[in-house]
Amino acid sequence: MTTVEAAVAAEQGSWHTFKRGLALSPELRSGLAGTLALAVVATAGRIVVPVAIQQGIDRGVVADGGPYPSVVATVALISLAVLTLTIAASYMMNVRLFTVSETALAGLRARAFRHVHDLSMLHQQSERRGTLTSRVTTDIDQISQFLQFGGIMLLISGGQVLIATVVMFTYSWQLALVVLVTFMPLIWIVRFLQRRLAAAYKKSRERVGTMLGGIAETVVGASVIRAYGVQERTEERLDGAIDGYRNAQFKALRRSVFSFSSGEITSGICLSGVVIVGVLLGVDRDISVGQFTAFLFLTTLFVQPVQMGTEILNDAQNAIAGWRRVLDVMDTEPDVADPGENGTDLAAGPVSVAFEGVHFAYPGGPEVLSAVNVDIPAQARIAVVGETGSGKTTFAKLLTRLMDPAQGDVKLSGVPLTGLRFASLRRRVVMVPQDGFLFDATVAENVRFARPEIGDAELYLAFTELGLADWVDGLPNGLDTAVGERGEALSVGERQLVALARAYVADPDLLVLDEATSAVDPATEVRLARALDAVTRGRTTVAIAHRLSTAEAADRVLVFDAGRIVQNGSHAELVAQADSVYAKLHASWVEQTRSN
Amino acid sequence: MADKGVVGKGMRVLMRAVREEPGPFAIGVGGAVLHSIVTIGSSYVLGKIVARIAVPAIEQGRVSFGAMVLAVAAVLAVSALKVAGMIARRLGAGAMQFRLQASYRRQVTRRYLRLPLSWHQKHSTGGLLSNANADVEAAWYPIAPFPFAVGTLVMLVVAAVALFATDWAMALVGLAVFPMVFTLNVIYSRRMSPRVTRVQELRADVSTIAHESFDGALVVKTMGRETEETERFAAKADELRDGLIRVGRIRGAFDPIIDSLPNIGTLAVLVVGTWRLSTHAATLEDVTSVVFLFTVLAFPIRAIGWVLGELPRSVVGWERVAKVLAATGDMEYGGESLAGRTGPAALEFEDVDYAYPDGSEVLHGVTLAVPAGKTVALVGPTGSGKSTIASLATRLVDPDSGKVRVDGRDVRDLDHGALARTIALVQQVPFVFDDTIRGNISLERDAVPGDDEVWAALRTAQAEGFVAKLDDGLDTEVGERGHSLSGGQRQRLTLARALAGGPRLLVLDDATSAVDPRVEAAILGALRESENPASVLVVAYRRATIALADEVVYLEHGKVVATGTHRELLENVPGYANLVTAYEREEAERAREGAFADSEEGVSA
Repeated sequence: MTTVEAAVAAEQGSWHTFKRGLALSPELRSGLAGTLALAVVATAGRIVVPVAIQQGIDRGVVADGGPYPSVVATVALISLAVLTLTIAASYMMNVRLFTVSETALAGLRARAFRHVHDLSMLHQQSERRGTLTSRVTTDIDQISQFLQFGGIMLLISGGQVLIATVVMFTYSWQLALVVLVTFMPLIWIVRFLQRRLAAAYKKSRERVGTMLGGIAETVVGASVIRAYGVQERTEERLDGAIDGYRNAQFKALRRSVFSFSSGEITSGICLSGVVIVGVLLGVDRDISVGQFTAFLFLTTLFVQPVQMGTEILNDAQNAIAGWRRVLDVMDTEPDVADPGENGTDLAAGPVSVAFEGVHFAYPGGPEVLSAVNVDIPAQARIAVVGETGSGKTTFAKLLTRLMDPAQGDVKLSGVPLTGLRFASLRRRVVMVPQDGFLFDATVAENVRFARPEIGDAELYLAFTELGLADWVDGLPNGLDTAVGERGEALSVGERQLVALARAYVADPDLLVLDEATSAVDPATEVRLARALDAVTRGRTTVAIAHRLSTAEAADRVLVFDAGRIVQNGSHAELVAQADSVYAKLHASWVEQTRSN
Repeated sequence: MADKGVVGKGMRVLMRAVREEPGPFAIGVGGAVLHSIVTIGSSYVLGKIVARIAVPAIEQGRVSFGAMVLAVAAVLAVSALKVAGMIARRLGAGAMQFRLQASYRRQVTRRYLRLPLSWHQKHSTGGLLSNANADVEAAWYPIAPFPFAVGTLVMLVVAAVALFATDWAMALVGLAVFPMVFTLNVIYSRRMSPRVTRVQELRADVSTIAHESFDGALVVKTMGRETEETERFAAKADELRDGLIRVGRIRGAFDPIIDSLPNIGTLAVLVVGTWRLSTHAATLEDVTSVVFLFTVLAFPIRAIGWVLGELPRSVVGWERVAKVLAATGDMEYGGESLAGRTGPAALEFEDVDYAYPDGSEVLHGVTLAVPAGKTVALVGPTGSGKSTIASLATRLVDPDSGKVRVDGRDVRDLDHGALARTIALVQQVPFVFDDTIRGNISLERDAVPGDDEVWAALRTAQAEGFVAKLDDGLDTEVGERGHSLSGGQRQRLTLARALAGGPRLLVLDDATSAVDPRVEAAILGALRESENPASVLVVAYRRATIALADEVVYLEHGKVVATGTHRELLENVPGYANLVTAYEREEAERAREGAFADSEEGVSA
């Protein structure tokens, strides 16, 4: 079975994952020696009672001339004192463990979060939306859950097994051997069962992903579901996903119960062995009644943590899997990386652009840009036109280094993009994508995202300069109007206005607009285009447009067709080239806008 | 906020669970009781083995084979019964927990599907997702140890009886210890409650920030704000860390104390037992049995703590779930089905007012009509209320006052489904399901019986070409939100979805914005020549689109400013003229400017 094989591979990597995890969160080691010392003391508490029982019975109860209540009372008092000490040690150990693990994991959360943002756009988009969020939320919660509960338990249980073994050997090495030998087979059985369990958990995680996707659709697609009256179909699909998860959960539980049962059965066999061998040893006067009784307790002390251990291993499987997913994100080298120290800053002043033999293909896909060569002088206003899928947006993404070309170079002011520091690049080059994503905040806060330090007056001025003061004045609370989740309290066109203002206050030297005003009404768009034209004079602008009014106003038009630049020149020149791609596009545009 | 009632509320949630899943609960508790009784029995078995077999054997220096066989058989029988009990307990508990989770996930999502869009608009996506997932999970979290805890209670009662039957003095020790364990657990869960609630809130905040930030990753990236976003996230993550550490302190203090109580009890029993032995009131067998009983009770008694410890979280989760289940305001449907009607439908708005749930007004006294078979264009500046009209026409929302009629019937009198069969809406932002192309277009509607209809719709929507090129054709899975498609492709798919149902009225809400002019022209042309013409209400800016319309309704600030033909409005309504001739005027103006200015140096390829 391939799933089982995969799970085996995963299980073999558990220890490796754990080590990688520790290496990535060195904070976890801080004060570890102290915590371990406290753990040893805390564990000693578990052994106090059986020892007290043995001492009490042998010296106080069955001793010649006994029973001696005062001896037993003394033993009990000493044990109580030791117990109190171990409680205190447990408390301190717990606090240290919680503090250290939570501090380390909060750090890991922030680093993983940052890393996700550092990944390339392509990588980010290849993941389901919820998936990246779980990397910094539930996956890390699982690690913390494990470190604090399973981790403590595993630590204490391990210590308990060790101490119980040592004490068992001091009481009777023969009986101790009986215990160890009967438990040996359990190791193999549990290992086998764990693998099957890991496969079941994996299935369960996949199912929960499907289910969450289904739930998200019913919420995000609420209006479409209603408009098409397909509630019942949605319900059926969702029910299937919910039941699929439930069944997967139950299957994993069944396997985990089997794994636990094997521990219980083993402990029964072990106890039987101890009774037989113990009584035989007693007959030969090798052990006392007190020792024999104490040994029965010690067996329980040995059995319990071993059983707990198998249980904790289940949690551990989940936690390690979560940890691995976080580490996998952290280990993914951003393929579009900031050159950082090795890079240079973009020289001050207007920015020119050069594409030299640029090719691009999406992973596993056909080439979408082929042999693109173009020089855009500083301060030029460029329009990029072409049919859907002709490569316009890819061109914009390569230009702003959201992606790197498969072949060829993109240069800004003569410097290859890959050699430019992000700090400099992102400040000087700004792109406005078609989907004007807004944060769940006010209009003002959204625009300030680009430049947190600007004041209200300057903010309003920015809208005024873009000719949008009227629009702002018409909002219920002006600049303080809340835009809602993803900006959904505004219309699509209004979201684009805010996104554009946000890019404008960022004050870039190269502004790239990817159909940034596609949902805005024509009058506003024309006004905006004029205003932008005025305020971006002296800077370089590249505007992707399907409304050809933008192209008419540009210094130069780049016409894309099937991944190549097929025409390059002013509107007047291009439109004059009969039967050209641009001439056809323009004819269609004229027909669209003028037909009465 | 110390919620004193949390244990009481939690108990009510648990009782509900028992009422809803009595079968698995009975199996779980049965298993737990069996396990408990056998566990208690095991202490007596061991006591007897020590007293009746080990002690005489050691004293006499010999042992009978029969006695040994008996002892081993007893130990193994105890083990087997324990395993049986444990399997029943855990599978029962698991079945109960998972069935409850699944059942409430269904109930919650059913509410999502039934509640009106206005309700959805008032709740955040993240909140709704966590109601159906994390909150349902939290509500039924204590169910996993619940049968165990009930079994332990039974076990405690049996243990108390056994204790008193053995020796009253040692029984009194138990009487002191076990209620103390219970009381401590209750105090513990009360102290935890507000802290756990706070941590849950912080978890939600951290998740919201992460979700939003990753959703807007492109903006973060293009603006180079990764560092600031990380700071924003880290600040919340630190708050969460502090909250978790506060929870840890309490847990760290209570856990060892509660753990140690049965141990302290064992020591007390030893002292009391020795005293009873010295007065010949008890036998050695009694003492060993009771001591062992305390040892075996130490662990299961924690189960009560687990249930009580999870109650605060469970109560918070349950209350959130209950709120969704109790939400009212479902759309009421009438009985009219519009069955048997064919040909284009008519749509009327009469004096319609609409305000968003937050109170901001969108539409005022809107009156308009789309006569059967006609095409009406809805034109207006950005933010004038066009999309809201589209939503009202398809009854995604109901007006605050006024009426929306289809074929002369108030849409509120139509039955569920009648409107969806009659009207198709194509939204500005296309929404694609995580399904195949076929599934996305047919949505398994009766009106789309086969692939022929799907292909026909794709053809009209100019999507046939790209779908045909896909390796799996109609069976291609488009992925979550159709991420494998481009924006224009998604828009054409949603158009095809609308056309496939053969609607009698088509509402296009600027539905071709991501499509190139030529593609749009082709779509509009095909629509016009369709065999089953529909009435059309189209939100548009392009004059080619407007030109197709028999009538234009011009909207400003949520009011209908003018209605008439394009030509009439162009002549009489300055706002309208300004809007639709923007590009022409722009070009004319540029031409004038161009006459004076030399074109600058341009691009060299």
